[in-house]
Amino acid sequence: MATVTGVQTRERVSAGAAIWSWVTTIDHKRIGVLYFVTSLIYFMVGGFEALLIRLQLATPDGQILDTDTYNQLFTMHGTAMVFMVAMPMAAAFFNFLIPLMIGARDVAFPRLNAFSYWTFLGGSLLMHSSFLFGQAPDGGWFGYANLTSKEYTPGLSIDFWGLGLLVLGVASVAAALNFIITIINLRAPGMTLMRMPVFVWMTFVTSFLIIFAFPAITVALIFLEFDRLFGTNFYEVAEGGDPMLWQHLFWVFGHPEVYILVLPGFGIASEILPTFSRKPIFGYSAMVFAAVAIAFLGFSVWAHHMFTTGMGTIADAAFAGSTMLIAIPTGIKMFNWVATCFGGRIRLTVPMLFALGFLTTFLIGGLTGPMLAAVPLDLHFQDTYFVVGHFHYVLFGGLILALMGGVYYWYPKITGRMMSEKIGKWHFWLMFTFMNLTFFPMHFVGVDGMPRRVGTYAAGMGWDFWNMLISISAFGIALSVLVFLHNLVVSYKKGKPAGNDPWDARTLEWAIPSPPPEHNFDEIPHITHRDQVWYDKYGDGHGSAAELRKTDADADEQADEEHDVHMPNPSYWPLVVSAGLTIAAAGLMIHIAVAVFGVLWTVGAVYAWSLEPASTPSEEH
Amino acid sequence: MSDAAIAHEAPEEHPTSTGLNHRKILMWAFLGSECIFFGSLITTYLVYRGKSVVGPYPSEILNIPLTSVSTFVLLMSSLAMVLALAGFERAAGAAGDVERQQQELKKGRFWLLMTAVLGTGFLGFQAYEFIEFVHHGLGLTTNLFGTTFFVLTGFHGTHVGVGVLWLVSLLVLSYFGKVKPLDVELGGLYWHFVDIVWIIIFTLIYLIPH
Ligand code: HEM
Ligand SMILES: [Cu+2]
Repeated sequence: MATVTGVQTRERVSAGAAIWSWVTTIDHKRIGVLYFVTSLIYFMVGGFEALLIRLQLATPDGQILDTDTYNQLFTMHGTAMVFMVAMPMAAAFFNFLIPLMIGARDVAFPRLNAFSYWTFLGGSLLMHSSFLFGQAPDGGWFGYANLTSKEYTPGLSIDFWGLGLLVLGVASVAAALNFIITIINLRAPGMTLMRMPVFVWMTFVTSFLIIFAFPAITVALIFLEFDRLFGTNFYEVAEGGDPMLWQHLFWVFGHPEVYILVLPGFGIASEILPTFSRKPIFGYSAMVFAAVAIAFLGFSVWAHHMFTTGMGTIADAAFAGSTMLIAIPTGIKMFNWVATCFGGRIRLTVPMLFALGFLTTFLIGGLTGPMLAAVPLDLHFQDTYFVVGHFHYVLFGGLILALMGGVYYWYPKITGRMMSEKIGKWHFWLMFTFMNLTFFPMHFVGVDGMPRRVGTYAAGMGWDFWNMLISISAFGIALSVLVFLHNLVVSYKKGKPAGNDPWDARTLEWAIPSPPPEHNFDEIPHITHRDQVWYDKYGDGHGSAAELRKTDADADEQADEEHDVHMPNPSYWPLVVSAGLTIAAAGLMIHIAVAVFGVLWTVGAVYAWSLEPASTPSEEH
Repeated sequence: MSDAAIAHEAPEEHPTSTGLNHRKILMWAFLGSECIFFGSLITTYLVYRGKSVVGPYPSEILNIPLTSVSTFVLLMSSLAMVLALAGFERAAGAAGDVERQQQELKKGRFWLLMTAVLGTGFLGFQAYEFIEFVHHGLGLTTNLFGTTFFVLTGFHGTHVGVGVLWLVSLLVLSYFGKVKPLDVELGGLYWHFVDIVWIIIFTLIYLIPH
């Protein structure tokens, strides 16, 4: 009932008030939607940049883009896809789902959560505003020193990049802290750690990776900006500085970052596969511990990105070895996903298709990984299109396909309506086919020596056919994205009503209405089993589930008391603090006074935030 | 179920899964992240040790006696912090006895003030040291030592500065009855962390001979 009235009141309010309610919202579900829509827009921007790149490379000696523009396009494409598409789109799922999956009414710090979103928006807008000045970042997504020094890249392009990333880092760390506390502390009674859905576990591990990996890039970027703005010597060779410092700090962050990107995809697949195989996930604890192992090992492999820098045989061998080790826990996960499907009653719905697509393409990307970890091979592959092929298989095939599956899977929960299965199947097959046709041939031209990040190639190298095929297929991906957008929009109005549990699924979010009421649960559920909702529906095969549950009289009593729910008040202070941070960062490029102004603004807003009561006094007890 | 509601108004009514307060875990996790932040800064300092191509070099310029004093001041501030928290906790414990409560609160406030004063003292030493260095020709951009030294100790100093601001805010708010022992405890956790980082920095920069 709560939903129905909620929707009605929302329709009656004026447009201004509606916008204001989004600006001040601290509801995790709405923040999740904000993250999703924003990252989808950046996905379009980054995809458009990729298309321009592919237009240029479609034929030998392409004339469409000049070198400067080409550099800006691949840099912004890579940076945006990593920091403004993959991470925030995963954050959209974290936001919407984590409280629902653990039986909570919101995250632990709702206002901090809003702050994370607005700071992400501020940082990403700051970086993209560089296009207005024709000074978009152009040093590649890993911005190697000392190409990024003032000497080799004058102007502001690198500053937009560095300062933008610093702001984005604040957003990511704040969000990660919030999810860590939420998962530690807001689980419903009975929801032990080992009863949590695998998606929650992946979020948990990802969040730890974020809080321990981001400080390294933060420091690297601070050094970079100090060098550029104040003339320090961190990466200054003439003064004894060493550009390798940047590479180490960047990749100490950068390799964990690839797990930050892909673990959410693992989590989504681990929810979809059991639902549509009608079996519990195979080897739950192995799944969990494999992820933890991946996270730990992920911090010990960073220098596999640096084999060509002459680190010496011992270091090369050590990092190659530790990298190969990661194949073990990853292999365990692969095996468990396949075993989950094995012998299940499989329903090939669109989410399931995407999850299976994820499995196959991620496997290919996973197989080229150890090839790159083999030092002699890597010496050949480094900076060729083989690498581009590899990481698009894991990022597009691994992450984006899983995220798409996640959208189809949870769209009914979020909007109350189903997405069209028919259009969805078109979407899947187009995207799956064209993504393989785009990224697979990249391996061929790569092995053959075609360099990445170079905007032209000569005719007669034997690359013409493959490049034309890649470029045409890239437009095929774009077509599939349009089909997806179409589906998103028409289903919002015309989709079949979803009901609480359209997929006959297993986890807590399916026990409540779609879309969920503002307070999520009328009664905080009491957890007795993994896959509680499935258990409540079908039991575990030993007696009726409903009966077993009734014995827990405590829980029912406690739940009754929870009926009188009050939610925290909306607040605009998170937005004001984020604005202050963004102004401070931008100020460093304009005038130091502006930066100081931004800092003072931030401090003032932090005070206002801390002094603002979180709920109206009459509601407190 | 917001941060503040849980922390201030109703910790008992909304039990958390672990029984620990949200904000306390938040602070621990945040400090864990800060460990990597300072770890990266300190590692950079060590990697670049002795790599400056021009002077002044550390051995010519570091004033170990002076910095030992400022280190002592900062250490004492941690002691004051412990006493401040004890005061606020005893005040909260003596809820029935108004007179004792006021007394304990007074002590708590006094030590809070002392912590802030000692912290400010440390910052004063640091400012003096920075100015001295500049007079001796070592600036931020002079050489690798200047670069790594000022950035590392500067970021540490900024952390101390934020801590002082935090302590003073707590002190002021306590006169409006808005400060719970937990608030002081969180500030204290941060403060002790910043102190420990300084001990490491002091040892690595000043005490290990160049
Ligand atoms: C929409 C389909 C996509 C196409 C057609 C595409 C195409 C490309 C191409 C051609 C390059 C290489 C440019 C060069 O080296 O000259 C590239 C680089 C890159 N792409 Fe994509 N990409 C797509 C999606 C993605 C996604 C989803 C991600 C990540 C989530 C991503 C991340 C990257 C990164 C990190 C780089 C490296 C940029 C650099 O070299 O600094 N791409 N992409
Ligand atoms: Cu790596």
